[in-house]
Amino acid sequence: MHYVGIDIGSTATKVSVFKEDKLEHNYNLRTGWSSIEVSNEVLEKLNSEGIERKNMKVVATGYGRISVPYADKQITEITCHGKGVDYLLGRDATIIDIGGQDTKIITLKNGRVIDFTMNDKCAAGTGKFMELMANTLGVSIDELCNMALLGEDINISSMCTVFAESEVISLIGKGTDRKSIARGIVNSITGRVSSMLFKHGCSENIYLTGGLCEVDNFKKLLSQKIEKDIKTNPLARYAGSIGAALIAKSLD
Amino acid sequence: MRPKLMEEVEALRGVNSVKIKEAHENGERVVGMYCVFSPSEIAIAAGAIPVTLCGTTQEPIEAAERELPRNLCPLIKSSYGFAITDKCPYFYFSDVLLAETTCDGKKKMYELMGKIKPMHVMNLPQTAEGEESLVFWENEMKKFKTFLENEFNVDITDEKLRDAIKLMNRERIAMKRLHKLNAHKPAPISGMDMMTSQWLKGFNVDRENGIKLIEDLIEEVEERIEKGIFAYEKSAPRILLTGCPVGVGGADKVLRALEEAGASVVALENCTGYKGLDVLVEESETQDPLYSLAKKYLSTPCSCMTPNNSRLDLIKRLADEYSVDAVIDLTWQACHTYAIESFTVKGFVEDELNLPFIQIETDYSDSDTGQIKTRIEAFIETVEVNKALA
Repeated sequence: MHYVGIDIGSTATKVSVFKEDKLEHNYNLRTGWSSIEVSNEVLEKLNSEGIERKNMKVVATGYGRISVPYADKQITEITCHGKGVDYLLGRDATIIDIGGQDTKIITLKNGRVIDFTMNDKCAAGTGKFMELMANTLGVSIDELCNMALLGEDINISSMCTVFAESEVISLIGKGTDRKSIARGIVNSITGRVSSMLFKHGCSENIYLTGGLCEVDNFKKLLSQKIEKDIKTNPLARYAGSIGAALIAKSLD
Repeated sequence: MRPKLMEEVEALRGVNSVKIKEAHENGERVVGMYCVFSPSEIAIAAGAIPVTLCGTTQEPIEAAERELPRNLCPLIKSSYGFAITDKCPYFYFSDVLLAETTCDGKKKMYELMGKIKPMHVMNLPQTAEGEESLVFWENEMKKFKTFLENEFNVDITDEKLRDAIKLMNRERIAMKRLHKLNAHKPAPISGMDMMTSQWLKGFNVDRENGIKLIEDLIEEVEERIEKGIFAYEKSAPRILLTGCPVGVGGADKVLRALEEAGASVVALENCTGYKGLDVLVEESETQDPLYSLAKKYLSTPCSCMTPNNSRLDLIKRLADEYSVDAVIDLTWQACHTYAIESFTVKGFVEDELNLPFIQIETDYSDSDTGQIKTRIEAFIETVEVNKALA
């Protein structure tokens, strides 16, 4: 039997496949404009690997979880992240998940989510903010974080993505060093995440999930900001889909 | 399946908007009011009909934002929007309005609204503690009484006040009994139906009929309990909803999302629900009825009072009595008093009651429906898992 977790986020769709107890593979694709289309794409890919309805159990998560018609169950990404991190880390932790449109802080204890905080509807402190600001500077997110490490420690004061963009444009106009602007952009996110984290309450064991966990310099700057070590794992961006697959397994 | 009489309760919306028109055409006086601090007894004693005014839907907010700031609570914007667009029949047929200085947003909005219709504003003290607050508030009751006597050219006697107190107490007792039915495990009435019934009572033109209908509903639900017909499975997590007022329309979005996620909202601590029902007005033949009214209304555990410890006491009592599994605190955006108080409530619920807690801050719009859904579903998943393992 195959156990499949599909995490359809606003930016990326992550898929994890277990064959019985073994995590066989993980992959991700861009969500694009239609969650239904991406979920069909995932199904085709699964079928091409010989994983079909009769030999699979599927749990869908993420904001597009309702758009997976072949899912056996929908579970929120918060519960799935908890399960996934428990699998990857195997101990109590405070999870920081920076997603495309939401940032979440999750307290994991004995393998269970006991509390979480999620940002309100605006994009401040999310991956989307980073992506838009990188676009404004004409660089990739990786490059943005590399530049930020070398820049001066300035602040972008607007939390709102729309206003922050005008602020960035006016800094460019003033001739401020791009590296410092990049630093200001990253500071804006780490600042927002840090206040969410401390308002929520954090343990000594901090674990970063979401696409940004692969960007070392982001991790470094976030760690500086919160003055704590941050753990992550190359598979951390799949925490949600791994957790979903594990829940699929428990459906048996 | 819902109790059969719920259809009749829901039909009150249409019935009451016709009845208010007829009452107006028959020359009856109507006093429009917004808040659970408003002493409807005084309006009844003046021979008038007290009605709650509309303010729970998103639709008129756009119109309100032409004059009011965007960053204001949706309840205030919706109420004002209804007033200026003439979309609320109760506002339209009100002869006078009763306003109160519960919060800064409302009291400044009322200055604008007061230009549309004759309005009396009752000044609330900032604290419910101390004898001087009660004296002050009793005097506000007197001023409102005099206002209505002058406006309607009537004499409000103590006897009429005592009768009105008895009538409104009977309504409170009926609504309280209805609310308490959901202390049963599992709950016999959905949270949405409970809220709808509680919310609609404010629009009742004919109070006696309203009380009768609720008493019949209670009887029907009690029979259903006997037969084992409930609104939920026994396993559904039981939720206490506290915080800002709710109502049918955009203002029910969090309650709706909770129930769609499989939760059973068993207790409504807010002022739409139980808050105004908890304490009755003393029915004393010797005590000044305005003093009894002042005492009752001042005891309302609203976040506009400082301190507001009695809200915590009420949450604790309801949490025990309704055996709740979690507490949800709803805050409308830009409602400072409830937003700040939420931190205190969180600490109290988690540390003293040992229950899971979440605060949801939102407005009436659909713009964050997806996120609210995720937060609520995740919270319910957490409550369920932890409950199963407890």
